[in-house]
Amino acid sequence: MKNRRRVKNKNGIANIYLVLVFLVLYAPIFYLMYYSFNSGGTMHKFEGFTLDYYREVVADTRLMIIVINTLVIALLSSTIATIIAVIGALAIHHVRSRRAKNTLLSLNNVLIVSPDVIIGASFLILFTIVGIKLGFTSVLLSHVAFSIPIAVIMILPHLQEMSPTLTDAARDLGATRRDVLTKVILPIIKPGIFSGFFMALTYSLDDFAVTFFVTGNGYSTLSVEIYSRARQGVSLSINALSTLIFLFTILLVIGYYYLNQRKSRPAVQIAEPVAEAGVPR
Amino acid sequence: MMTKGKSYYLIPYYLWIALFVIAPVLLVVYYSLFDLEGKLTLNNYVNFFTPVYMRMMLNSFWYAFLITVFSLLVAYPAAYLLTRTKHKQLWLLLIILPTWINLLLKTYAFIGIFGTFGPVNNFFDLMGLGEQQILFTGFSFVFVSVYIFIPFMILPIFSALDEMNLSLVDAARDLGASGWTTFRRVVFPLTISGVRSGCMAVFIPALSLFMITRLIAGNRVITLGTAIEQHFLVTQDWGMGSTVAVFLIAIMALFMILTGGSRKGVRG
Repeated sequence: MKNRRRVKNKNGIANIYLVLVFLVLYAPIFYLMYYSFNSGGTMHKFEGFTLDYYREVVADTRLMIIVINTLVIALLSSTIATIIAVIGALAIHHVRSRRAKNTLLSLNNVLIVSPDVIIGASFLILFTIVGIKLGFTSVLLSHVAFSIPIAVIMILPHLQEMSPTLTDAARDLGATRRDVLTKVILPIIKPGIFSGFFMALTYSLDDFAVTFFVTGNGYSTLSVEIYSRARQGVSLSINALSTLIFLFTILLVIGYYYLNQRKSRPAVQIAEPVAEAGVPR
Repeated sequence: MMTKGKSYYLIPYYLWIALFVIAPVLLVVYYSLFDLEGKLTLNNYVNFFTPVYMRMMLNSFWYAFLITVFSLLVAYPAAYLLTRTKHKQLWLLLIILPTWINLLLKTYAFIGIFGTFGPVNNFFDLMGLGEQQILFTGFSFVFVSVYIFIPFMILPIFSALDEMNLSLVDAARDLGASGWTTFRRVVFPLTISGVRSGCMAVFIPALSLFMITRLIAGNRVITLGTAIEQHFLVTQDWGMGSTVAVFLIAIMALFMILTGGSRKGVRG
């Protein structure tokens, strides 16, 4: 709305620069996809078109189990995390004293700003002390744990935008606390809950470092598997897999935007917390 | 509106804070006081101040610094130009999109790109520079990390630039400031908060990356992150690993205080 008037001089260089940035950002991704069809088996000489690696990926039962593990963990952990985050956002919202509120917020954000290695290492200690076996439970718990704060951050602004008169009115009209929550507050913050859930989902799907610390032998998620395969060098089945993941990601993003379109507050809404979160997991 | 009373529904959240926020930090500090045999000792801290660890720390800092600076250099103009495009939200989305693709996959792509027979070396060959060893060097580590972090640098700077009141720029120009002066005296100071959060979003993770160093830098580069991973998962020396972690936490806290503590973002 405001910077329409900026002139279009020097647009040439400017556009070239932007195009270059986009090229660099996307080149590796397309590079991976391109070579996933290479019958030559390497990532540098394209010999012929083949779908062998896709067949390999689909036929790999172990890999399929890992994909299912990853999805189960992501869906389960983000659901649990979102529920706890709603509670957390309500808690932070209802705290009156400014200092207590800030303390709660800082505690909330500790896991967002902490480096993944530290989260992973400290959770490893925690699970070992408490006696939780490394594997499904430990991975699930840690994914829930690191997803909660980001979901809280997505939900909180919606709570703060909500006019307090609404809840007051509901109370005056005789609504119970429960009614106020389910019939007034939750519907209003629904978009935040969805974004929180979605962010938690992508965090969980993407996480490598934390999971790497808390998976025991025999249990693995996609990123951990990709890491161990990539350490052994180039294998085009990883390329095929990444192409599939890329397509899946795009579908997810489109789906999310479609859902979000009704709210018509695009990109920035996601952009802000992502920037806030910063850490690639 | 909400009166006190039944607030037991808050338990899960507070439990989460106690178990997964406070306890882990305390545990790391506690474990840093034990050596391999489980004896209470301050040796880990003594060890940390030996040349080996100091070198690693400096190394780690140097790389994190390089990564942050290069990300900023690339990202600021990009963010600036993005705010000037017509469909900026769409372009911004396209910047964000790659961040949703698994970090390891993007890193893995560079194994091919920087490899001995990869396109970059082909290009060098064409230029008559001959084959270079790119993979497993500090350069490739910095390059890939910058690649990974650029979107996280662009985003906060973009929001800061986007929120900036453009009439201030016009005013500066009307008052006779040159383009560069306007940028230096008006635009940059006004967007410094974005630059700060961008630097923070890059610097701290850059200190603790370990997968990129392993895959791309081939153990040539050792950061605090690699050290922690090594101690926890390979040598099983949790005490020393925790000590490194304690220092990393301290550095992080210091850094947050230095860059202005309260970051914007969580407000109505």
